[in-house]
Amino acid sequence: MTDSMAPQTPALELVDVQKSFGAVRAVRGVSFAITRGTIHGIVGENGAGKSTLMNLVYGFHRADAGEIRVDGTARNITSPDDAIAAGIGMVHQHYMLVEPMTVLENIVLGTASSGPLARTERDAKAKLEQLMRETGLSLPLDARVADLEVGARQQVEILKALFRDAQILILDEPTSVLTPRDTERLFDALRRLRDHGRTILVITHKLEEITRLTDRVTVMRQGLVVGDVATRDVNEARLAEMMVGRPVLLRVEKGPANPGETVLELTDLSGRNFAGVSFKVRRGEIVGVAGVAGNGQSELLHAVAGLLPSSGGLAWKGEQVTRRDAAHLRALGVAHVPEDRQRDGLVQEFPAQDTAILGRHGDPALRRNGLLSRRAVRAHCEDRMRRFDVRPPDPAWPTRGFSGGNQQKLVLAREMECNPDLLLIGQPTRGVDVGAIEFIYARLIDLRDRGGAVLLVSSELDQLVSLADRILVMSGGKLIGEVAPQDATDERLGLMMGGVTAQAAAA
Amino acid sequence: MTPIRSASIEVAVVASALVASFAVAGLVLAVIGADPIEAFRILVYGAFGYPEAIGYTLYYATSYMFAGLAVWVALKAGIFNIGGEGQAYLGGLGAALVCLFFDGLPPILLLPLAMMSAALFGAGWAAIPGWLQARRQTHVVVTTIMFNFIAGALMTYLLNNWLLAPGGGSPETRPFAPQATMPALHDILALVGINIAHSPANLSLLVALIAVACTWTFMFRTVWGYETRVVGANPHAARYAGIDPGAVIVRTMLISGALVGLVAVNEVMGVHKRLILDFPAGAGFVGIAVALMAGESAIGLVLASLLFAALAQGSLDLVIDMPMINREIVRLIQGVLILFCGALPSLFRKPVLRLLAPRREIAAPAGAS
Repeated sequence: MTDSMAPQTPALELVDVQKSFGAVRAVRGVSFAITRGTIHGIVGENGAGKSTLMNLVYGFHRADAGEIRVDGTARNITSPDDAIAAGIGMVHQHYMLVEPMTVLENIVLGTASSGPLARTERDAKAKLEQLMRETGLSLPLDARVADLEVGARQQVEILKALFRDAQILILDEPTSVLTPRDTERLFDALRRLRDHGRTILVITHKLEEITRLTDRVTVMRQGLVVGDVATRDVNEARLAEMMVGRPVLLRVEKGPANPGETVLELTDLSGRNFAGVSFKVRRGEIVGVAGVAGNGQSELLHAVAGLLPSSGGLAWKGEQVTRRDAAHLRALGVAHVPEDRQRDGLVQEFPAQDTAILGRHGDPALRRNGLLSRRAVRAHCEDRMRRFDVRPPDPAWPTRGFSGGNQQKLVLAREMECNPDLLLIGQPTRGVDVGAIEFIYARLIDLRDRGGAVLLVSSELDQLVSLADRILVMSGGKLIGEVAPQDATDERLGLMMGGVTAQAAAA
Repeated sequence: MTPIRSASIEVAVVASALVASFAVAGLVLAVIGADPIEAFRILVYGAFGYPEAIGYTLYYATSYMFAGLAVWVALKAGIFNIGGEGQAYLGGLGAALVCLFFDGLPPILLLPLAMMSAALFGAGWAAIPGWLQARRQTHVVVTTIMFNFIAGALMTYLLNNWLLAPGGGSPETRPFAPQATMPALHDILALVGINIAHSPANLSLLVALIAVACTWTFMFRTVWGYETRVVGANPHAARYAGIDPGAVIVRTMLISGALVGLVAVNEVMGVHKRLILDFPAGAGFVGIAVALMAGESAIGLVLASLLFAALAQGSLDLVIDMPMINREIVRLIQGVLILFCGALPSLFRKPVLRLLAPRREIAAPAGAS
């Protein structure tokens, strides 16, 4: 139906769209157009208004002013149903699937159709098979979603949108939890969708993906569009500068490591999902752990933090601490930035100031006459917010009210400002924008240079290569080998993550 | 959101829930042919209209405060202690044992000792379900309910076989010695020359108010209270922070049981002046409604206790003055109140927020903006 339209009519056009939340002007008059059959990127820092904008397009919020045009027609989108009717589909960062149901059931869920169930199913299957051919995606339609990997779940979401005849597909941070291979598969599918005439809109923090995937990119800053350029005309550095408003160092600048005494030593440590792991972490070095998600790195980090039981040798400055709990390790000088901050690192219901003392709440400095001092707790939080530029800098603001990046900064501030001897850190920049990444990297290196030890688990190879002084690779719960960052090519790391030993990978 | 802003929202939410529940209750009364306005007037008069009524209302409110605090504390740790009734019953045993066997002590020692004993017995009875929940994952709702029945059976047995007054015909202990009872408010005030109507309201009221203040201080100003709130809000974060959720659950159930055990101080030591069958008379369950209504506010808890106390006291007059209203209708009104004010707080929160706080959308889908 869209083929008959003039090619110059944009698939989606925003005209002076505005949205405020109370005093916060989240989107301040945004206009741009997206050509049909292109992949369009939107980048911006945390709080730049990208997600708000997409929530307006998808009908979660109503714009205060402005117009949203689909295929040249102004549409009044007040709910996701309206958006779907207008041919807009969205793949959220957090998938919205019913886990005990099958892929097929999830996809047809809510699409009204009458008639015998068997026929509906048969029709749906035929349509989905056609869609899978078109996109190159392949999913077992009768498998339960609960049994699917993260990457496959995302494909379910994409098919769900396409099944509802989405001509415009919006993806919010689509690669944040994907492995490099799944990311490639996703990008292939998106390119094929584009080539079939659909329009793709991708919100992301990862500039490298923007330059690799998109045809055109819109840069937002503080609720405004500050750039709208063809992707081939810009590079990552230029995009970062537009986003942040100043030149950004994409390269990590750090001197050589100066390792001191061993603070942590694992000897044949085993636990849930990992076995026989041995390595040392010394003062003044960052040890990175690479691996495809689900190969034991997360559990290893949890075990070292005292959150999962383990057996074997876990020595802290020479003393065995295998059976010690998190509280004890913390008291010894271990800090922990958990991989899943929402689950482990934050209490969403609490005001920020109460979240900012989590795990440090026993500190006598927070008490006056035996009682927690509101003033001290507030001052503590204000200090952390100032040092890590958490926005809004309001200790009374509920934790859930902060964007993902600012929540992460709050956790980092809490864990790093106590000058730990060892920092355990998982996925330090998940959901964090480029300006903040630069800042976080600098703080990690600063901690290292002051004699702190860092154990870093990350799924982003670039991050490991640029931050770590040594990279350990895990596969199938075992330590496959160690690579120096200067020797760590993507190919070599990829092979090792697949279970090929270091020697073989180097050959 | 500023504290004043959020406080005004809470007040508006509770006020609209109250209005809605009175409207529904009024509708029911109108259907059975009673004049709702007149019923409401009698209810308020019966609860607050004359000095004696006020005394009775305060007496009920005292028990409800203890019971409400107990449920509230447990809720903060994410556990639903609905065994207040049984824990209060056991608290009565603790109080009675001290009052019966140590009544040679001077009141200044005896009364605190009896209170501690009541709290200890309540805590002990709550500790078992708490421990089962913490270490065996046996759901505390199930075990606390069952413990109510066990408490009932145990107390009936003890009263009939061991604690029965010598030569007494009914299953109750001998009356306590005068120095082993809580002084009535009218007696205390008479000492300083103030004469008020005689009522069962006694010194326990003061104890209850102190308990409210102490409980709030505990919950919001101490490290243990902080740990309790973390466990209730996010057990994963608690474990991450080095807090043992199991230990917190046991600790919280001990505190909860101790608080509701103090119901016995009001009922057994303050009013009946001996241990009788079924003295908690449902206070443990009213505590659930009180706690649900209280939200985050200590004043809210006191007011909720007063509301249910007024309903309990005022409805006595209502049943006498309006023949078509019976106990069942009063229960129904109580139920409607609990439904709107306790169980469905979110029903009115959204419209109120829309009205008062246009910034609410800050909490809407929070992606990586």
